[in-house]
Amino acid sequence: MPIDITMPALSPTMESGTLARWLVKVGDRVRPGDVVAEIETDKATMEVEAVDEGEVLELLVPEGTEEVRVNAVIARLAGEGEPAAAPPPAPAPAQPAPAQPAPAQPGPAQPAPAQPPAGPPVAAAAPAPHPAGGRIRASPLARRVAANLGVDLAGVSGTGPGGRIVRADVEAAAGRAPQPGVLPAPPGAAVPEAAAAPSPPAPALPPADGLPPFDTVRLSNMRKTIARRLTEAKTSIPHFYLTVDCRLDALLALRAELNRALEPRGVKLSVNDMLVKALGLALEAVPDANVSYAGDSLRKFARADVSVAVAIPGGLITPVIRDAGGKRLSAIATEMKALAARAKEGRLKPEEYSGGTASLSNLGMYGIREFAAVINPPEGLILAVGAGEKRPFVEGDSLRVATLMTVTGSFDHRAIDGAVGAEFLAAFRALVEAPLGMLA
Amino acid sequence: MSESFDLVIIGSGPGGYVAAIRAAQLGLKVAIVERERLGGICLNWGCIPTKALLRSAEIKHYLDHAESFGLSAGAVGFDLAAVTQRSRKVAGQLNAGVAHLMRKNRVTVVEGAAVLAGPREVRVSDRTLAAPNVIVATGARARELPHLRADGERIWTYRHAMVPPAMPTDLLVIGSGAIGIEFASFYADMGARVTVVEMMDRILPVEDEEISAFMARAFTRQGLRLLTSTGVESLVADADGVTATIAGAAERFSHAILAIGILPNTDGLGLEALGVAMERGHILTDAFGRTSVEGIWAIGDVTGPPWLAHKASHEGVVAAEAIAGHAHAHPMDKTNIPGCTYSRPQVASVGLTEAQARAAGYEVRIGRFQAIGNGKAIALGEPEGLVKTVFDAATGALLGAHMAGAEVTELIQGYAIARQCEATHETLAATIFPHPTLSEMMHESVLDAEGRVLHL
Repeated sequence: MPIDITMPALSPTMESGTLARWLVKVGDRVRPGDVVAEIETDKATMEVEAVDEGEVLELLVPEGTEEVRVNAVIARLAGEGEPAAAPPPAPAPAQPAPAQPAPAQPGPAQPAPAQPPAGPPVAAAAPAPHPAGGRIRASPLARRVAANLGVDLAGVSGTGPGGRIVRADVEAAAGRAPQPGVLPAPPGAAVPEAAAAPSPPAPALPPADGLPPFDTVRLSNMRKTIARRLTEAKTSIPHFYLTVDCRLDALLALRAELNRALEPRGVKLSVNDMLVKALGLALEAVPDANVSYAGDSLRKFARADVSVAVAIPGGLITPVIRDAGGKRLSAIATEMKALAARAKEGRLKPEEYSGGTASLSNLGMYGIREFAAVINPPEGLILAVGAGEKRPFVEGDSLRVATLMTVTGSFDHRAIDGAVGAEFLAAFRALVEAPLGMLA
Repeated sequence: MSESFDLVIIGSGPGGYVAAIRAAQLGLKVAIVERERLGGICLNWGCIPTKALLRSAEIKHYLDHAESFGLSAGAVGFDLAAVTQRSRKVAGQLNAGVAHLMRKNRVTVVEGAAVLAGPREVRVSDRTLAAPNVIVATGARARELPHLRADGERIWTYRHAMVPPAMPTDLLVIGSGAIGIEFASFYADMGARVTVVEMMDRILPVEDEEISAFMARAFTRQGLRLLTSTGVESLVADADGVTATIAGAAERFSHAILAIGILPNTDGLGLEALGVAMERGHILTDAFGRTSVEGIWAIGDVTGPPWLAHKASHEGVVAAEAIAGHAHAHPMDKTNIPGCTYSRPQVASVGLTEAQARAAGYEVRIGRFQAIGNGKAIALGEPEGLVKTVFDAATGALLGAHMAGAEVTELIQGYAIARQCEATHETLAATIFPHPTLSEMMHESVLDAEGRVLHL
């Protein structure tokens, strides 16, 4: 009895993924735990491990295939003690048809029988992909196009019969014109619609004249996800921004002292690690800022999980430090280092980069003085941290030099009002400027 | 004294009368103006009476081939007048049906030719009908050319061909669209020698190329003569027949049918004076039927192709709902209008042809299934047929479906529903089709697009 290897569900919401690479070939023997393939989802590359022992009979999905459905059979193993015989050949297509239909023979392309998802256990902390309220009504084609374009149907409003989401809604949500030539006029239709008519879909046009030569780069799943989520954030979240300068001298001094003490343990704190901790504590101090807008309700989180933006080749990702306020600085530093390293290899698990309650984005290392970041939905706020630099500073009536860092918070006004945001930023600044409070 | 309505509709064809019913259902006070017979061309001179004629031809064809079903019928004769009379009776029955529907929905029927005296005023002889909205649904008529004119005796339009004064022995059909092909098939089945001349390089030029080729083979086997990439340079009738100059050579025929397209009926309505935008005789509209003049709407053949009754009816519903401010008014989607040709074998299609899909930039997956692999088709003695499906490889969307064979005009709706519901390849492949039916061919064609065909 051959053993099926199926496409795993790498996250609770995953419907399909790209089979990036095979690490075995037909005839290889695999044992439980051997990595047989790499799967690319919208954000991460994951390894598929063999669960059973056996010889690889066939690889059913070529490398690079996109949109492989969860639970689809991707390979077959010959079971233990079984000769690795090839499966019986499919009936030759050119055979004359029998007058009476023969019973259908299940070919290799038949859909795999439904199996319980083999993915990791559902991460309870991960927020639901869309507000509770029943299934999403969408046409099969709309679902398919949404998957292709990386559009989350939860954020799409339907214009089809009874509010059903149809293809055009998904394409509108993705901010693109319908596909080239989706709706060309019917044969012989030479009469154009009047000018008042809804504009017909744009035909596939060659690149606009006047552009220099360019290469067209196919978007990775991650880039599609970034595009979709940030468009969703900037178009649907009413952002407001608050900026504050923090004196960093005390924090830098404490960091130097702590690092000397931690050196024997091989731990080195970065400024960013301390800001993660400060952000976590500030969220604990002002719980009204540790919230998420969820349609007709507000989620008030009992714990501050901080998403930290990490630039990785081809995009960025936000690994999450759980309970950033409650963790020791050394633990944050160690965890952050490991997460960042795996993020750069594209090997974060979905539960490691989703489910934060607020984000931190730091471009100080590039000398950026200040900037405003885009909220990472469904979180309620993100802090944009600039470089710590020596600047003139007025203290009392005298001018001094101090190390200052400008921090701008972007807030979702549906969830957080200005005064709450200001209170939160004040708490954050107090922790940065009097960093012993982080150790208490 | 003018009579006031919420909506006045000019023309009572399948566009106008359906718009009238829908508007009345939505509570509007409606008047409909008709200069000839309720039901328009479709009911009286088009779709329905031709189907009645073709049914006679089909039954004659079966009787002619009774032996192949183990039956004996002897030599089958026919009475052309009786065949025509049946067709007229069917048309009459439906015409009375429309009159009943107008009464039932309290639609005021006004007989006569309408003129738009203003954007809110329609004159019919000495009556003046005032309404904030007017729908122009005046349809179209057969096109003639200076050198190709009908006389009703030897040279016919569809209208003469439907009530033939005599049975043609040697028929020339000019034009191979749906109308030309239906009459070619009808008269061939009734025993005439038939020649079809087409300017384009294939018959049924709006259909998928494989369907055109399939039909050309089927008709050639039946004995029809098909001349493509060919024009008729002159056509002269005399007492005994018609002399046509085809590709420089004179040929004699007993009769000729002109099926070279249609012309919209926009003359004499007063549209130009009101500034209604038109192009090549067709009224320009948006997807709800609005013209360039507020309050004036247009639907059906008068607005352009495809010139099909069901397109007109749907546009009538769309416009009526938009006028009534109905919550679910939706724009007309012209990409999902099925087309049917009631020849033997039949032709039906919806959506893009393979060539159109490729030209539009799609990477396509093509499925095909021949009727020879379908048990029901073989049992019916109709093993000639082809079902071709065109899918978008990227999304699995059904871009188009193209069918030829027995009863395909009744089958195409399955694909139209699939397209309307945005079913993907997987949806169709996973659907259970009943056995034994011709519809199994539709399933097999879908399966074939992924190399999974079962019975071929």
